[in-house]
Amino acid sequence: MTEDMLETAAAWAEAGEQVAIATVVETWGSSPRPAGSMLVVTASGRMAGSVSGGCIEGAVADVAQETMRTGQPQLLDFGISDERAWEVGLACGGKLKVFVEKLA
Amino acid sequence: MKLALLASLRAARAAGRPVVLLTRLSDGHQCLWPDEALPGSLAEAAQAALDSDRTANLESEGEAWFLQPHNPALRLIIVGAVHVAQALAPMAAGMGFAVTIVDPRRAFATEERFTGVALNHDWPDEAMVALAPDTRTAIVTLTHDPKLDDPALDVALKSRAFYVGALGSRRTHAKRLDRLKELGHGDAAIARIAAPVGLDIGAVTAPEIALSIMAQVVARRRGK
Repeated sequence: MTEDMLETAAAWAEAGEQVAIATVVETWGSSPRPAGSMLVVTASGRMAGSVSGGCIEGAVADVAQETMRTGQPQLLDFGISDERAWEVGLACGGKLKVFVEKLA
Repeated sequence: MKLALLASLRAARAAGRPVVLLTRLSDGHQCLWPDEALPGSLAEAAQAALDSDRTANLESEGEAWFLQPHNPALRLIIVGAVHVAQALAPMAAGMGFAVTIVDPRRAFATEERFTGVALNHDWPDEAMVALAPDTRTAIVTLTHDPKLDDPALDVALKSRAFYVGALGSRRTHAKRLDRLKELGHGDAAIARIAAPVGLDIGAVTAPEIALSIMAQVVARRRGK
């Protein structure tokens, strides 16, 4: 589905939206989505794709909003030993890294 | 990601040209390979990512890189523009397969029955040679007619297609194997054919049979 997400990102950008792309870049254990999976987010709040089974998309979308404001890419760690992951509930016991970047 | 890079990536994909997107995780710098020359270890890893069709993480000169291969779409060649094909074509397309339907019987292979699907009306052996199945191609024969299925299977078994399936009962298939052996195919070659086609989920209707076929194609693709 990677391909579809890039097409979505391009279409949204062409429609004048501000767009950020989040990509799973590494996983350990029982992560539901493999490396390469993408979540595309717009400043207006549209979302497509996924980087987990729905556990961390909200947190990633928040960071994506920040990245769209600052233009600074971010590398996020989610894992069961991570307090933040507990907060957002990565219940599967997996660990993953997500790279968030602005489309500009 | 820069809009210009996204445009290049989409252009490569639209042209069916394999490329790798490399991202330096410290600062988000990105490039496309082989469009841009890269130091040896990164270029080797990029080629390996394309060959295995898997993402890779690499440490190069103290920097962490993420490599994302973009290979051309997987292909599914369906021989026989039959009822099951009408269910199979959209299901495969939904899974990212580029679908081609081969059937010289123009009454079956019509735009009305297969809207938006690539149709090939040549005789199956000619069509298959022209389509040149590779390791990213799955082939399934659905006509039930040896005149159409056999020539397609003959070419399929000489190719490196990752999946070859043939619709038909065990009895039909046993006779088919005899004919393929007469064409010179050995035991190893004919053992590649998945028949009766599809995973055994007790499929009855055309969409159910299509589901069992796609499940088997995915299983083969994922090494299960």
